[in-house]
Parts: sequence; structure tokens; C-alpha cells
Amino acid sequence: MKKKFKMEDLDCANCAAKMEEAIKKIAGVNDANVSFMAQKMTIDAEDDRFDEIMKEVAAVCAKVEPDCKILL
Amino acid sequence: MTKKQKNVLWRIIISFVLLAALMACEHLGMFGALAGTWALLPAYAVPYLIIGYDIIYKALRNIKNGQIFDENFLMMLATFGAFGVKEYSEAAAVMLFYQVGELFQSYAVGKSRQSIAAMMDICPEYANVEQDGEVVQVDPDDVEVGSVIVVKPGERIPLDGVVEEGESYIDTAALTGESVPRKVSAGKEIFSGCVNGSGTLKIRTTKEFDDSTVAKILELVENASSKKAKTEKFITKFARYYTPAVTISAVLLAFVPPFVLGGGFGEWIQRACTFLVISCPCALVISVPLGFFGGIGAASRMGVLVKGGNYLEAVAEVKTIVFDKTGTLTKGEFKVTEILPSEQKAGESKERRDGRSRELLELAALGEGYSNHPIAVSVREAYEEQGGKPDMDRVSEAKEIAGYGICVRVDNKEVLLGNEKLMEREQIAYQSVAGAGTVIYAACEKRYLGALVISDVVKEGAAEAIRDMKKVGVRKCVMLTGDRREAAEAAAAALGIDEVYAELLPGDKVSIVETLLDGQRGKEKLAFAGDGINDAPVLSRADIGIAMGSMGSDAAIEAADVVLMDDDVRKIAAVMRCAGKTLGIVRQNIVFALGIKALVLILGAFGMANMWEAVFADVGVAVIAIMNSMRALKTE
Repeated sequence: MKKKFKMEDLDCANCAAKMEEAIKKIAGVNDANVSFMAQKMTIDAEDDRFDEIMKEVAAVCAKVEPDCKILL
Repeated sequence: MTKKQKNVLWRIIISFVLLAALMACEHLGMFGALAGTWALLPAYAVPYLIIGYDIIYKALRNIKNGQIFDENFLMMLATFGAFGVKEYSEAAAVMLFYQVGELFQSYAVGKSRQSIAAMMDICPEYANVEQDGEVVQVDPDDVEVGSVIVVKPGERIPLDGVVEEGESYIDTAALTGESVPRKVSAGKEIFSGCVNGSGTLKIRTTKEFDDSTVAKILELVENASSKKAKTEKFITKFARYYTPAVTISAVLLAFVPPFVLGGGFGEWIQRACTFLVISCPCALVISVPLGFFGGIGAASRMGVLVKGGNYLEAVAEVKTIVFDKTGTLTKGEFKVTEILPSEQKAGESKERRDGRSRELLELAALGEGYSNHPIAVSVREAYEEQGGKPDMDRVSEAKEIAGYGICVRVDNKEVLLGNEKLMEREQIAYQSVAGAGTVIYAACEKRYLGALVISDVVKEGAAEAIRDMKKVGVRKCVMLTGDRREAAEAAAAALGIDEVYAELLPGDKVSIVETLLDGQRGKEKLAFAGDGINDAPVLSRADIGIAMGSMGSDAAIEAADVVLMDDDVRKIAAVMRCAGKTLGIVRQNIVFALGIKALVLILGAFGMANMWEAVFADVGVAVIAIMNSMRALKTE
């Protein structure tokens, strides 16, 4: 399943790249894209564990940039 | 400016005033013996903390999270280092200027994001649906196929559909870049994303919101930023190594020379701090994607959708363009272009001859009356244009002779319509017509009447488009078609095409494109422009597939990398120009940013550049690069 999320306060382009890389490493994530310009995140992950995976994604993002919020 | 940015601005002002006051006092010798001692540290720490507390907080927090090489940490380290060697004013000033740069940067990015968003602002907010005689506003998502929606003047059309009632001019600029409004009336197809002009329209929807034109375009544009150009990927990779490399050299610079050369640490730590300030690759990480984003934005404003930065990059390198003839270079609409009654008899008056050509067209229109083939339709249209109306009661016994033509009875007389082979089979003396187009020969009761020439009309501006493409660097234009060789060659000559492959079967197109692909040198790219469903394999096989958006099939749009929303081939040259400009800007930024950084690093290592230059090399360069990237958006 592919889903798009808006992001708030994603302030640095380098952080977006770091987040993207970290999210791709999460088990069950097929593909991820964090767009600094569009302030959006696209996650393509396994259907049945999607919510769990999203929690991990949020945790990973908070690690890189704690101010940034993912609008679920 | 956002609230956050305003907040930072205030901190910058306060900190600047305090710092300026302190520096003035020190300069005027008001601190006396205290100057240059640790006693001044607390004084300078005040403006420093006002401006930099969040940086330090973030740095510490990120270290706790295992993110070491982040710019906050590097700034903290650099300024602490400066404090350590008693360069108080520099430490505070570096932090101050860093924040000024960051503020400027975030403002510039916000601005460019806004202008791109404004351009993409084609998403309808609501749809007016008629329910039990009342008009209700609902989310376009909730409108079912087949409902009737009402679009008032000035409103955006929310869903694709067919006009049921009303007449208006609609502004399609957001979709096609075309500034002349298009007239629509009952029965006409209408696309979402257009703005309704003067009249109220009632539209019966034919698609759900997710399948409608506007939703598709938005999705394409949003996904475009995820397909990264090679240059973008290179920068991301580069950034991953750049920061650690600079940081490690800073550490080495701080500790190795003092041990080897002897002498104090102070000087070398200061130089190391300059390194740390320059170590953030932000200028590149922001400006390169921004440039591509701007280029894609500029292209979509012209009515050309480019599906990713990688494609924009490739478009700039296109040297060969292969066209599918029908629908791409020609309109795909057939027209009777010549009516040739059988050879003039001696002494025949002009009126008599005109009468015979009318008779010829009339019989042909009647004979083709039951067919829906585009050629048959064009014959009927030509007849209707002359004021005739085929009276189908006169026709009986229509019979198709596959591969030859048709045989019908009109007013109980046998009429034959078909190709040369039909005339030969029936042993009718005919006059062969050479030239472009499809020829229909007609005979009545085995007597030759004459011929109709039907050809596809070349698109307006197609020849100009080919000339423009040559100007922007295309070396070879190739045309592929299933048409007869003569027709194809005549069209090619009129358009200025270099190579023609005619009489092709659908499968042949792929193999020809493959041969052409093999013949390319180095980085040269091949583009294929087409519109049909059967073009999808070729579109995906070519380096760049260009599809016609408004009359192209969904499969073709899906398979293509670039979509011309209004089918105007002239836009190919325009998008190539835009791609070239974007790439130029991106390259300028890379060379400029890396050049300045390298220069300041070298100067810094030899002690010839101080913190001030370093701050410029970091944030100053980033701001200049961002502003340069914004130019990509302004391509005409």
C-alpha cells in the first residue's frame, strides 16, 4: 500500500534525505520518499503491518528532526 | 513570514544590538585591562545564547539520538572553539550570521515553495451537485459517475464530464498553457482543472475524481520530485561523505600541526573551526532539487508534464526524435482534399464539370453512408459541407469487398468505390492518381466517374516545431507511419523530416526505435513522440517517451515520461529549452558552491580565511544558489 503524508516543520533538506534513508531501512517498507520541497512523505509498505510501520517511521523521523511532525 | 521566522528575526535584532554594543565598547577601550581576558566571556555569552540557544539544544538532543554530524553540532563546536581561543566577538557573530543565513534560506525556500504551489493550484475544492432540485456543495471525491454538477462562472471545473446544458468559454491555461479560452456547449467533453468563464454549465460527470484529469496531473507532478535526476542522486551521495570528511580534516588540522610544527593550539583550533562552519552541504542539498523542481514547474506551466527530474535531465540531451505520424504530426482527421472527376471531355463547360464532381461526391457519400471508418466519415463530411444530405433511402445492397472497397446500389444503379485493385478487377478504365493521401476511385454501372483524394491534415505549426527542435540541438527527426510510402514522404518533405519509415505494422515501430537506439553515441538520448494505445511499448522503450495528452490514450500517457497536454508539438522544443536552462543552473550551482567552499577551505587551512568568510561560504553560498535555482521556474 502506498500512502502520502503531509509534514510540518521539515526545515532542512539534508534532514529530509537522512529521514528517507532511515525509513527505507525499516523492515516492511518497500519504498519511501521524503520531499523537502513538497513537505510530503510517501511510504510504500506492507498492508497488514502498515500502522505498526508508521509508528516506526514516526520514531525514526523524530530521531533525525524532533521538531518535524507527520500529519497522519 | 511564518511565526517561527518572525521569532528568529527578533532574536537576531536583539542579539545584534547587544553584540554591536559590546564590540563598540571593547573597541573604544572601555573595558580597559579586562580586554582579552576570560572576564569578558559572560558578557559575550549573553548575545550568543540569545541567538544560539536553540542550536545548542538541538545539537545536544541530536547527539543523544545518535545524530552526530549534524549542522547544529558543527556550529556549536565551531563557536565553542572560538570561545576557547578567546575570540568572543567572532564566536557570537558567527552564530548570529549563521542564523541570519538560515532565516534567509528558509524564507527563500518558503517563497519558492509557495510559487510552485500556486502554479499547481488547480485542485478544485468542491463540486456543486444537484440533489432534489437543490444545489449542494460536496467534496469532489464524493461525486459519483453520472451525476450532474453545476459549474458557475469563475468556478473551477471539478470533474471530467460532458456538458449537458449551457454554453461558456473555458480557460484551459492551467492544464494546457493555452491562453485563448475554448468554447464549450452541450455535448462537448470537458476536463477538470479548467476554469469556467462567463456562463453557467451543467455537466454530467464521466469519471470519478481520482481518475479525472486534475487528480492525475497533481499525482504526476507530486511524484515527479521522487524520481530524482542523476545530478540529484550524486549530490545526496556526495553530501553523505562531504560532512564527515571535512569534520575529520578539521580535527586533524586542530591537533596534527601543533604536534608536528610545535607552537600553540589556539591558532590551529581557530582554523579547524573555520572548517567546521563550511562542512554543511546545505547549499547543494537544497538548491539542486529546487532547480529541478522549478524546471518541472516551469514546464507544467507551459502545459507540459515532465514526470521526474531524471526525465528533465534526459530531455536536455535529446539528439534524435522519432515521431508517430498520425495524431502527432498530423491531426489524425481525414479530409477530402481533392475531387477529380474523370478526364475532361472536349468542349465540356466548367459548369458541366462541376456538376460531375458534385455527382461523384454525392455517390461516394451515399456509398460510404453506412460506414464509420474515418475515411468514409470524411467523405460524408465533405458532402455535407457542400450543402448535401445523404438520402440513405436511395441506397440498397451495400456490400463490402474486403481489400478492395465496397459495392452498393444507388437508385438501383451499381456503384463501385474502392482502390485501384477494385477498378482492375472489374476491368474499368480508370485514371491513376499519384500523390499523397488515400485515393477512392468511383465507378457507376462499370463507367469510371473519377476519384477522391483523402489526406490527413498536417498539424498547425508542425513544420515550425521541427525547425525549432533543430535549433535547440536535435540532430535527426524520424517519422514512423503505417501509411503508404508516397503519403508519408509527401508529409515528411513538407515538415522537414530527415528519415521516413512508411507502411509499418505496429510491431515494426519497436524494432526501428531499437535500431535507432543502438546507433546513438555516448550520452545522446532518443525521444519518441506518439499518441496511440499501440505506441505504449515504444514510449517506454525510448529514452524519453512523449505522449499527446488531450487526445492520447490513457495507456500512452501512463507509459510516457513527458506529456504534452494540448498535443502541440511545438512544446517539445520549449521543454528542451527549459530542461537545458535548468541543467545549466544546477551545474552553475554545483560549481559555484563547491568552488567557493574549496577555496575557503584551502585559505582557511593556511590561516588566510577567518570565520566570516567561512560563514559566507556556508549560508551565503546557499542563499545565492537558492536564488539562482529560482530562475529555473521563470523559463518562458
